[in-house]
Amino acid sequence: MTATSKPRTLFDKIWQNHLVDVQDDGTCLIYIDRHLVHEVTSPQAFEGLRTSGRQVRRPEYTLAVADHNVPTSDRSKGIADEESRIQVETLESNVKAFGVPYFGMTDARQGIVHIIGPEQGFTLPGMTIVCGDSHTATHGAFGSLAFGIGTSEVEHVLATQTLVQAPAKNMRVTVKGDLPFGVTSKDLVLAIIGKIGTAGGTGYVIEYAGEAIRKLSMEARMTICNMSIEAGARAGLIAPDEITYGYIKGKPMAPKGAAWEQAVAFWKTLPSDAGAVYDKEVELDAGDLVPTVTWGTSPEDVAPVTGTVPSPDSAPNPGKREAIERSLAYMDLTPGMKISDVKVDTVFIGSCTNGRIEDIRAVAEVAKGRKVAANIRAMVVPGSGLVKQQAEDEGLDVILKEAGFDWREPGCSMCLAMNADKLAPGERCASTSNRNFEGRQGRGGRTHLMSPAMAAAAAITGRIADVRELMR
Amino acid sequence: MDKFTTLTGIAAPLPMVNIDTDMIIPKQYLKTIKRTGLGQFLFDEMRRDSTGKENPDFVLNKEPYTKAEILVAGDNFGCGSSREHAPWALKDFGIRAVIAPSFADIFYNNCFKNGLLPIKLPEEIVEQLMEDAKLGANARITIDLEKQEITRPSGETIAFEVDSFRKHCLINGLDDIGLTLQKDTKIAGYEEKLKLSQPWLAA
Repeated sequence: MTATSKPRTLFDKIWQNHLVDVQDDGTCLIYIDRHLVHEVTSPQAFEGLRTSGRQVRRPEYTLAVADHNVPTSDRSKGIADEESRIQVETLESNVKAFGVPYFGMTDARQGIVHIIGPEQGFTLPGMTIVCGDSHTATHGAFGSLAFGIGTSEVEHVLATQTLVQAPAKNMRVTVKGDLPFGVTSKDLVLAIIGKIGTAGGTGYVIEYAGEAIRKLSMEARMTICNMSIEAGARAGLIAPDEITYGYIKGKPMAPKGAAWEQAVAFWKTLPSDAGAVYDKEVELDAGDLVPTVTWGTSPEDVAPVTGTVPSPDSAPNPGKREAIERSLAYMDLTPGMKISDVKVDTVFIGSCTNGRIEDIRAVAEVAKGRKVAANIRAMVVPGSGLVKQQAEDEGLDVILKEAGFDWREPGCSMCLAMNADKLAPGERCASTSNRNFEGRQGRGGRTHLMSPAMAAAAAITGRIADVRELMR
Repeated sequence: MDKFTTLTGIAAPLPMVNIDTDMIIPKQYLKTIKRTGLGQFLFDEMRRDSTGKENPDFVLNKEPYTKAEILVAGDNFGCGSSREHAPWALKDFGIRAVIAPSFADIFYNNCFKNGLLPIKLPEEIVEQLMEDAKLGANARITIDLEKQEITRPSGETIAFEVDSFRKHCLINGLDDIGLTLQKDTKIAGYEEKLKLSQPWLAA
């Protein structure tokens, strides 16, 4: 760790703080402060440890939870699907054998890994955090370098608490101005992905900056960092500030007393230095944004709710033209069709992108005193047991149930449809999740990504609707 | 890990951009607790209809591509989730190398952990290899990792870049956990320093 007078970015500082070793060929070994583990990407990693007779180096820096496979209906009967049940049971026996802290399916703290990390104060600024899940980028909202890894790397972290990595390049996305009425951080991140493309962030860590970002709550910042991977970046970052410290203070695993003061003093040194150089800069004006949805099968396929379905003729190259044609066929949409004329069958509210308390409040605000349209299946899946509890304490569940929403148990649910919650072939869904890939929410299912408020508006009207019209 | 040195084989053309990991291996197959046996489900929703019947038009269902060892694809291959089931499924099917103009970062890393070689080449060169691949069994492509060279069926060679440490691990089939554990003193030293500089991190 060489001291340098060159102005550094937030990423540069975290990276240099974590270097354990740099080989002559430039390959870096970095220390991993925290490791989140779930049932889908860990069984083969634990099996690898077992066959090579290795232990978990730092079980106390590791936290495991089952989230992808868990049912969101009554859990007292366990998991009906045999493979899902075996996968969760495998995690349970692995955490026991290796002494890893674990929130079981009936624990009130159980939930989606990326919701519970921040909720517990497990996620702190300046840390390196990994998980065998690409949406680990979420934790970057705290100014921690957080990214998804494969199962071999999960095993590597379990065994060594380090990772072999090459440094990323720095990109800064600066968002000026204020988000207009009815426009949320989800609309903003969809607009960013639309602007830079799903591969635009490949090889970069994206730092989100600017006054629009600084005004956002931690929940809203997490939504933005969460979808960095949809822009191709393994990690997103937002510099910690008073809003960050306010969120963390008092969380169960957060530092307390003198340690808190010491930690905050350190965290205040993390933001990028004035004059730090970025390899790529992107600017947006928040004031230009309107509620945004996806029309196609790539997260970059975005359109304003006031817009129309694009034509393949608008493609910049033949590859993209074919992709648009394929998307339109899969989504059963016609070029030129108004986005607000697209009818939906199902509404899914939840996921690590939008399953936090603010998201549920936003849905309840739109739903209050209204009814879900006829023949629409609308489900709300809180991101964790604690989010569910808080929403119930605030009476949001009552508002939602009266409006006709289905109020469920926490988990990943229909974001990726590994549990029983899925779309039927041809079914169209307004979803607050993060991916609209073919088959993502169920084979043949059609996904339109949008904000929680927009998804609520879709549930009430039965089509993709401009939520601003319902909010006036 | 399996070594990767040289490979001569049939290349399957998959001229699509943004091939995501949900396409490569749909989520219902992530419930396995093993690394093997996923080849039969590779590109499942493109290879079979909803009744399980094979789609005769999909490239990997056509001869000679059922025996393909190389895949030639469009931009941003492997985008989406971190699932290592994607390279496991490719490998289990018999694919040992993927050639594309660009790859998603996590997928790219995961390949190297499994003896699978991802090769990034400029779009116009990938297009030439795509044309070669369309020739089928008469057009074998050779990949020499040591020389960092692809030989086209015409005999023309194409150089490619690969990180030197990853190349070393792949050629020798090295387990990088074993290599890292040799640095245990450095890791322990780092942890000691951390206790002093950021004591709140020690749980």
